[in-house]
Amino acid sequence: DQLLNRPRSLSGPSGKLTLLCDANTDGSFLVHHFLSFYLKANCKVCFVALIQSFSHYNIVGQKLGVSLTVARECGQLVFLEGLKSSVDVFFRAQAEPHPLQFLREANAENLQPLYEFVREALKPVDDGEAAWRCPVLLVDDLSVLLSLGMGAVAVLDFIHYCRATVCWERKGNIVALVHDSGDTEDEENNILLNGLSHQSHLILRAEGLATGFCRDVHGQLRILWRTPSQPTTQRDQSLTYQYKIQDKSVSFFAKGMSPAVL
Amino acid sequence: MAAVATCGTGAGSTGSVVAAGSKNHVTSFQRRGPRASGSDSSYSRLVSIAGTRPSVRNGQLLVSTGLPALDQLLGGGLAVGTVLLIEEDKYNIYSSLLFKYFLAEGIINGHTLLVASAKEDPADILQELPAPLLDDNFKKDFDEEACNHKTAESNIKMKIAWRYQLLPKMEAGPVSSSRFGHYYDASKKMPQELIEASKWHGFFFPEKSSSTLNIEPCSLTHGYIKLLQFIQNIIYEEGFDGSNPQKKQKNILRIGIQNLGSPLWGDDICCTENGNSHSLTKFLYVLRGLLRTSLSACMITMPTHLIQNKAIISRVTNLSDTVVGLESFIGSERETNPLYKDYHGLIHIRQIPRLNNLIYDVSDVKDLAFKLKRKLFTIEFLHTNTDRVNTEKTFITSDFRVIHVF
Repeated sequence: DQLLNRPRSLSGPSGKLTLLCDANTDGSFLVHHFLSFYLKANCKVCFVALIQSFSHYNIVGQKLGVSLTVARECGQLVFLEGLKSSVDVFFRAQAEPHPLQFLREANAENLQPLYEFVREALKPVDDGEAAWRCPVLLVDDLSVLLSLGMGAVAVLDFIHYCRATVCWERKGNIVALVHDSGDTEDEENNILLNGLSHQSHLILRAEGLATGFCRDVHGQLRILWRTPSQPTTQRDQSLTYQYKIQDKSVSFFAKGMSPAVL
Repeated sequence: MAAVATCGTGAGSTGSVVAAGSKNHVTSFQRRGPRASGSDSSYSRLVSIAGTRPSVRNGQLLVSTGLPALDQLLGGGLAVGTVLLIEEDKYNIYSSLLFKYFLAEGIINGHTLLVASAKEDPADILQELPAPLLDDNFKKDFDEEACNHKTAESNIKMKIAWRYQLLPKMEAGPVSSSRFGHYYDASKKMPQELIEASKWHGFFFPEKSSSTLNIEPCSLTHGYIKLLQFIQNIIYEEGFDGSNPQKKQKNILRIGIQNLGSPLWGDDICCTENGNSHSLTKFLYVLRGLLRTSLSACMITMPTHLIQNKAIISRVTNLSDTVVGLESFIGSERETNPLYKDYHGLIHIRQIPRLNNLIYDVSDVKDLAFKLKRKLFTIEFLHTNTDRVNTEKTFITSDFRVIHVF
C-alpha cells in the first residue's frame, strides 16, 4: 500500500506519534499495515495487542508479507498478547509485577507496569546484535484500556511516558489505535481521543460512509498532518480517500472515483 | 473413526494444531493452508470434532448456532473461540429461544454444555429445549455422509409426462444432509434420553453466591468473578485448553450465559447510570481471553435495552466478536404496520468479526426480519412488496405493463 504520497521515509524526522482512529467502522486494517510496514523496514517493534490473539495478526501478516513468528523469534518483535496474559494475571497471582496488573486490582491508578514493560522491550541492546532501526511502539487498541477500568487520564499519562522514552529518548515512533465512539456519550473515550489528537503528528481516521453500508466502498480515510510542537500559522495538511479492503491489500481512490461507479 | 484415533497418538506433532500439552500456541484459530501433505492429517483432525466445520474463507473452525439461517448470515457459523452477543428483545422471548437453539445444537452434536443463568436453574432450561427435526428419509448418520449410496427409488417409468423423468427428484422438506446445523421444532421438547446422555455443567448464580472468593476483590462484581472461575475450572479440568494430554477425543465446550448484565447477576448497570461501569467489560475481556485459548464458543444474551449508560453498550460491542440485535414487534407500533405483517421482529447484525483476515463475509442486504412458525424460525430479507398496498394483487411485469389479478 503505497497509499500515500505521504513522506514515508524513516530517515526523516522520527519521534512521531501517529494516531489511528476509527468511527463507525473497523480500522484494524491500519494496524496490520503499520505492523507489516515497520517489520519490513527492519525496525524493532513492541506490539501491545490487547484485542486479538497472536495467531490472528500472524495470519494477516503473512498475507501482507511478514512473518510474526520469525520476527518474534529473532527478537525484532516483542509481542504482548493481552487476551492470553489477562487470563494468567486474573486467575493466578503473579510473583513479579505483570504489565496487565491492573486487572487484578480494584482501583488501579496508573499503567506503570505496562510502561515498564514497554521500556524494557524497546531498550537498546549492545552492539553485538544486528542493529535494528528505530524502535516502534504499536498499541491495539487504547480504548480497551478504558473498558478495563483505567481512567482516560491514566491512559494519557501512559502515552506521555511512552513518548518521553520512545520518541524523544530513543527517537522512535508510536502508533496507537483509538475508537471514536461517535454519538454515544462515552466521555472518557472522548477525552482520550481529543488529548491524543492534540499530541499527534499524523492522524489517520477511518470512517464509515455517511450514507451507510456499501459493498464496493468500505469507508473513507482522512489523513491529517500536524505539527503539535510548534504553533504554526499554516493550516495542517489533510487529504481524504475512500477505500475498499481486499484480501491482501487495501485499494484507495479519490472520493467518488470508486471503480464500481466509473 | 481413524481420524479420531490419530488425535490421541499424533497430537502435538504439528505446531499449528491445538497441541495437547503445549502451552505456547494453544489457540483454537487454525489455518487450513495449502501446505504439504502434513497438513492433511491436521485437517482431518480438525474436521473430526463432531459438529464443526472449517470456514471456507479463512479455515477457522466453526460451530453451528442452532439456526442454519443465522449461520449463513454470520458467514457459515460461529467461530470457535469467539463470543456471540445477542442483544435481547424487549420481553426476552426470542432471545431465549435462540439461546435454547444454541444449547440444543450442542446436545445433538455431543458437545459439552456450560449453562449459566441467574434467573432459571440450568436443569430447568435443559428440560425445555426444542426437539430436533429429523427427517426420516435422511437419517442423521454421524459417521459418514451416507447420501451417496441411497438406493434408487423404484423407477416408475412415466408414460405421459416422460420429460419430467429426467428432472432431479424434489426434496420433501427442510433437509440438512450434512451434519452441520439442524432444524428444531419449537413445539416439542427434546427427548429426555438425549438430555441425559449429554454432558453439561450448570451455573446457577443464587446457589453459588454464598461460597467464598479466593481472588482479591477487583472491580468485578461477585457474580462475574464466580462465573469466570467456574468456566476456567471446567476448561482446565476437562482439557478444553489442551492442558490434559490424555484426552483422546477433542470436543467443543458450548457456553451459554443468559441475561448477562441484568440486576440478577448483581450488576447495577441496568439500574443506574453511574453504576459499576467496568465490571461487565472486564468480565467480557477475561472471558474472551479464556475462549481464545480453548476449544469453546460462547453465546451471551444481554438486555442492552435496559442498560442506562450508552457508552457501556458501545464498549461491550467492541469487546465482543459477533453482535446480533433482536427487535421484536410485540407491543410496538410496528406491529400494525402492514410492511411487517408476516414477521415477528427484526434482526440487526451489528458486528461480524474479521478473524485472520482483512475482510469478512457480510451479506449485502441489511434489512432482515424473522418469523417464528411452529416448526421453524426463519430469517428473511425484508423487502417491500407492491401487492401489499392494495387488496387486489397488482403485478408489474418486466416491460412495465401492469396486470391486475383478482
